[in-house]
Amino acid sequence: MIDIQNMLNPTAAAIPPSGIRKFFDIVAERKDAISLGVGEPDFVTPWHIRDAGIYSLEKGHTYYTSNAGMMPLREAVCRYLSRRFSVTYDPKTEVLITVGGSEAIDLAVRSLIGPGDEVLVPEPSFVCYTPCVTLAGGTAVPVVTREEDDFRLTAKQLRAAITPRTKLLIFPFPNNPTGGIMEKADLEEIADVLRETNILVLSDEIYGELTYGAHHTSIASIEGMQERTVLVSGFSKAYAMTGWRLGYACGPVPLIKLMTKIHQYAIMSTPTTSQYAAIEALENGDDDIAAMREEYNHRRRLMVNGFRKMGLSCFEPRGAFYVFPSIRETGLSSEAFAETLLEEENVAVVPGNAFGSSGEGFIRCSYAYSVKNITEALTRISRFVQKRLK
Amino acid sequence: MNQILEILEKNSHITPEQIAVMLGRDVSEVKSEIAALEEEGIIVGYKTLVDWDKTESNRVTAFIELRVTPQRGEGFDKIAERIYQYDQVKTVWLMSGSFDIGLICEGKTMKEVALFVAEKLAPMPAVVSTGTHFVLKTYKDSGVIYDKPAVDERSVIS
Repeated sequence: MIDIQNMLNPTAAAIPPSGIRKFFDIVAERKDAISLGVGEPDFVTPWHIRDAGIYSLEKGHTYYTSNAGMMPLREAVCRYLSRRFSVTYDPKTEVLITVGGSEAIDLAVRSLIGPGDEVLVPEPSFVCYTPCVTLAGGTAVPVVTREEDDFRLTAKQLRAAITPRTKLLIFPFPNNPTGGIMEKADLEEIADVLRETNILVLSDEIYGELTYGAHHTSIASIEGMQERTVLVSGFSKAYAMTGWRLGYACGPVPLIKLMTKIHQYAIMSTPTTSQYAAIEALENGDDDIAAMREEYNHRRRLMVNGFRKMGLSCFEPRGAFYVFPSIRETGLSSEAFAETLLEEENVAVVPGNAFGSSGEGFIRCSYAYSVKNITEALTRISRFVQKRLK
Repeated sequence: MNQILEILEKNSHITPEQIAVMLGRDVSEVKSEIAALEEEGIIVGYKTLVDWDKTESNRVTAFIELRVTPQRGEGFDKIAERIYQYDQVKTVWLMSGSFDIGLICEGKTMKEVALFVAEKLAPMPAVVSTGTHFVLKTYKDSGVIYDKPAVDERSVIS
């Protein structure tokens, strides 16, 4: 009999499964369980955007589009980025429409990285970067961001992590899971380090529309950085369009060209319906974003207040829709905390170490849930924590 | 736009303490602002949305359109004022378009509502004609969907 297990690509097989999943199969089975684990908006895509997708189907737009994405969509992306974040791109040569921001990340890494290359990955961060780097044959080098630095990447840390092999810096801000953001002054410091090098930046700005208090600044808008940055974003978080699977990458011509080639062989083109909907989102979706951002902001404050009232230290997140409280005071590890909390109080959270070993001692709670849900979850977590605080 | 009003319009159950946290403001400040909004008649009342169809109770709701001729010295406001005195009348609007006053009326049976229209509303001197439309099913009311419970369809991925 053929031994498939032995035939699997050892590099792929050795990648550990995502730590986010673990508890959630259990949650689905429990009736009374509350989950704070999901990393997507609880809002449904605004109706006018859904309607634009439906209308495109009614008109029979069911064919492939050009590989890089429909030109009207690429143009709309460029207008949007210039209007919101003051970065300008040529829709013909510097934009690629992808299957979510995820595909853009994978393509950028695969287009740049090979054996021997090092990629700096700030941690804690979303789970996809390191596996992408590993699959491309490169080496991911974690750079730990710390709560005392507001989970920012500092110039000092960056400088210390750079080696002659460093080729790419992953730049995941606003950050999932910490909620840390990088403001203009922080970006200037990072840019000062990078300008002297040949290191490129993969700036994952999927949460760029969801910042609270400060407008998001793209590192590509800092002087001298656009030529060395590939900006990745998408529609999932800002417009509540996760299921449409649409994102984009903007960057230097040779890189976008190579990414488009891989995309052409692996994907062909992104879903046509989603592209039509996305044009409507970019052109008429500002008010929707503002309304959702406001809602998230209310819930964010409820969460932070709730955890601090329990006696836990909780960094005030400035972006995305997660809080990342420290649970060290309880004497439990992140995994033990999440496991016992689910057992005793029926609340599911994600252990911080799912986002890199530096996430140990923290848990991630999403506030993409109704106020009612959040309030009940906080009551239960508080009861759980009170039993364990000295 | 007043943020307190926006929050309370969605959920009147929420406490001033919660609102204060959500908006990053002082509780006492929020409390006094709510009191002022009530005082000024901007917050007019608080109520609960109930899907009576899911209960045993018998209720009939009708939308009634009235064409009226305002009487000398009595504008539409005076007529509306007379109409809204009745407990059966839950909502009254002055309308543009093919009729003048629209109202929502509740009763125990269709007959009761129909008789109320025939005996109380139609005979008013200003009322020229009436049209009664019974509600068969509520799909959505005040922004809340009635016929389908909200289910979290999100699965956990990655």
